Amino acid sequence: MNMAGGTVVIKSNIKLVTGRLIEQGVLLEDKMSEAYRDVVAVCEMNGKDMNEYNVKSNVRVKSEFGEVVVKAKRNDENPPSMVFIPMGPWANAVIGPNTGGCGMPQFKGIDVEVKATKDKVLIVEDLMKTYMGGVD
Amino acid sequence: MNPDSTIVTDVVCPLCGSLCDDITVRIENGKIVEVRDACDMGESKILGHDRIKSPMIREKGELKEVSYEKAVKKSAEILAKSKRPLLYGWSSTTCEAHEKGIKLAAEVGGIVDNTATVCHGPSVIAIQTVGLPSCTLGQIKNRADLIVYWGSNQSQAHPRHMSRYSSFIRGFFREEGRKAKYVVVIDVRDTTTTNVADEFIKVEPGHDYKLLSALRAVLADKADVLPDDVGGVPKDAIMNLAERMKKAEFGVIFFGMGLTQSRSRYNNVVNAIALTRELNQFTKFVIMPMRGHYNVTGFGQVLTWETGYPYAVDLSRGYAWYNPGETTSTDVLNRGECDSALIIASDPGAHFPGKSLKHLSKIPVIQVDPYHNPTTEFADVVIPSAVAGIEAEGCAYRMDNVPIMVRKLIDSEYKSDEEIIDDVLNKVMEIRGGK
Repeated sequence: MNMAGGTVVIKSNIKLVTGRLIEQGVLLEDKMSEAYRDVVAVCEMNGKDMNEYNVKSNVRVKSEFGEVVVKAKRNDENPPSMVFIPMGPWANAVIGPNTGGCGMPQFKGIDVEVKATKDKVLIVEDLMKTYMGGVD
Repeated sequence: MNPDSTIVTDVVCPLCGSLCDDITVRIENGKIVEVRDACDMGESKILGHDRIKSPMIREKGELKEVSYEKAVKKSAEILAKSKRPLLYGWSSTTCEAHEKGIKLAAEVGGIVDNTATVCHGPSVIAIQTVGLPSCTLGQIKNRADLIVYWGSNQSQAHPRHMSRYSSFIRGFFREEGRKAKYVVVIDVRDTTTTNVADEFIKVEPGHDYKLLSALRAVLADKADVLPDDVGGVPKDAIMNLAERMKKAEFGVIFFGMGLTQSRSRYNNVVNAIALTRELNQFTKFVIMPMRGHYNVTGFGQVLTWETGYPYAVDLSRGYAWYNPGETTSTDVLNRGECDSALIIASDPGAHFPGKSLKHLSKIPVIQVDPYHNPTTEFADVVIPSAVAGIEAEGCAYRMDNVPIMVRKLIDSEYKSDEEIIDDVLNKVMEIRGGK
């Protein structure tokens, strides 16, 4: 366990930011749909980062708090070394639970590693199952 | 047009904190078939889609359909025997349901909290610390000539805000609309909001506090202490923005999760409010949090007038105890403290960190919601409800704390949140026998 409360030390210069997307808002009440997964289980990356990490389709995003597979999407308006995952179940697998004594978890500015992967994106039911059972 | 069509005008959209009240809806045979003037998010919600059909109880891992009475009884039994239940959500339902929910929390000695906890909770803490120099959206529409969006991606999160209240709208003193306003966006990345701004200031993630302090230093005539670059923003840009703020006739800062969810959290907001207050030595300046759910603001109002505190209230002591960091939902879950949860009008399954969900998976969970969502995967009892603001009426508060009645447009086979919570409350009181 390190100072931030996680269990894995991430050596990376990539910051994860999560946030809203209008398409995510449109599907807010339809979260079990494939359309929602297509919109939300996505990691927006700058083209330079995609080349550097040899990313073609899916990426595994890993923080000290967890890891998740999402689909990579090029967005050059995102600066290099910053990746964006829309708020939602997939982002929450890697954001930080520590609230700093004020109730708010760490949804923005998390250090992450990003690696290309051929693994599939979990459907939301299976993603939720990863939290069931086991130890904290 | 179909002769059976009914057109309803001035519908209030129950989606985001903008509470747009100019929507037109066409109804045929008791169903909404067309929505005009809403944004894509609002239209999608008002049109609706597949619902949870029946109350359900989980047996051997599977949710099985049961009668409404049985689901209410099971919910009441869970809450009545819990030592520390969490009653969470509330932001997508009416103030009338909030009132019942707070009564239920008091009856069962629970912790009652809403989605502000993972949204503008830090803003609420900041506002309690230093106050909020603010106003209504109508004043901003009619008067503002400088609009600053700070860590807030308006065009994605509140799509009609700019055209109804801020950047684009023509106002009484701003007849030229967008031309009469200077729009600044401060964010960590280019967004569709930065694309419609006059100026985009890109700050490094987690450096907002420094940038706010730098602006305050310039206002205090201490610009000489600033380095050439603060959080990735050149000193010249900071000097120019401070000057522009001082010279505005009426300025406003709208801020979002870029301040509340990044490093420093509520201290960012404290600093932004301090900046706004200091700007009033030079001109008129106001600040407003961009509230997300359409009635997240209303819950803060109701909880405050019922208990004295705006969110995260622990009623287990027999009096209201409020201590963010201790009584906030994610902390209560992360510590593995609550022994049951009632989730209503929100979806922590989709919006809480994994660690919090691990505890949610271990305790009995009651869900009240119109739709199947990730929280349903954790639920042991599910009670489908009417969609507040479409199938049930009641009061909601816009982000500027203006109360607006949301309307009932069509009938529903489901009970309202208010009725469901009242039924559970009555059953709990029956089980506890007035204890």
